[in-house]
Amino acid sequence: MTAPEDSKLKRREVLAGILAARGDALAVSSLGTSTYDLFAVSPAPENAYLWNAMGLTASVGLGLAIAQPDRRILVIAGDGDVMMGIGSLSVIAAQAPENLSILVIDNEGFEETGGQAGLSAFRADIAEIARGSGFRETMVARDEKDAARLADFLWRRTGPVLAVAKVGASSDGPVYPCMDGPELVRIFRAAVLGDASP
Amino acid sequence: MSQAAAQTDDGWSRQVHALAGEAGISLVATVPDAGLTQLLRLCSDDDRFRVVTLSTEEEGVGMAYGAWLGGTRSLLCLQSSGAGNCINALALPAFTRSPCLMLVTMRGQEGEGNPAQFPMGRAVRAVFEAMGVVVMEAMTKEEVPVLFGQAADLAFGEGKACAVLVAQQVIGVKDFAK
Repeated sequence: MTAPEDSKLKRREVLAGILAARGDALAVSSLGTSTYDLFAVSPAPENAYLWNAMGLTASVGLGLAIAQPDRRILVIAGDGDVMMGIGSLSVIAAQAPENLSILVIDNEGFEETGGQAGLSAFRADIAEIARGSGFRETMVARDEKDAARLADFLWRRTGPVLAVAKVGASSDGPVYPCMDGPELVRIFRAAVLGDASP
Repeated sequence: MSQAAAQTDDGWSRQVHALAGEAGISLVATVPDAGLTQLLRLCSDDDRFRVVTLSTEEEGVGMAYGAWLGGTRSLLCLQSSGAGNCINALALPAFTRSPCLMLVTMRGQEGEGNPAQFPMGRAVRAVFEAMGVVVMEAMTKEEVPVLFGQAADLAFGEGKACAVLVAQQVIGVKDFAK
């Protein structure tokens, strides 16, 4: 189960491979490393970077998917964020938004807070939980060969779908997108709605 | 008034349903409560609304933000117990100055038959206000639509989190003897 650290998938490489094919998709990232990674590999006004509210990334994605049914929504969330909001997978499965894809960046720990082990390091299998919550399609990427299938899986399958990328610790430092909350909303809404009003 | 009687006393529910439609709300997220039965049924039966059942109330705070980013207005309907579940989630609308409109049916007030409901019932206002939520409490059924209209204006007009509390005396008291 535990591969040597240097043989594990690198989170920004995985994410860059997926987001290169994003087209006009909207992305939502969980606080911490997922937000830094999204900003590092695919900075765009169509990114909703979260800075707080751990556990709610998938729920934010669901609200956005319902509001923007003609665009693909990619939720990029850490394993800790997904575990904290695990019930939201059942909510999403019940609503069945065809345009919603979830990528779980699973480093099996809490990297932001010092690398403590997370629940997916023990017995929890997030892809299996998603299946039990009602997701019809899930996949787990453990190596480069699996990772090469992620973009196709996340962008082309009918949602909701969930993929888990088992990654190593981040070797890249944090890069920070805008930390002004109202400004983040203004930028995103202006890009998506053509509406700069509050 | 019994809970069963409350469910047939739908005056305020009809008014809130109508006002929600007028306010352009199209998404209703909820962990249900008996006092919300009429309102949720009216919204479920109305094609203008999509009603989403949550596993826990804070998901509705996240959904409200995502929906707002995508140009959709939402309403979160919850029982007062769920206010406590929303605490950290409310940092999201507070930080981003985004709307988060909530309708809360109260437990743990005058006439409550389950003493276990008192601690959270008493804490709702303090918890919400600590997280920057504007709290308005309707003590009569006539006040519910008035305050709901004000809360919707404030939420969507100024990007505030607003909660309308519907007092237990309005919705009736659950009778545990039955």
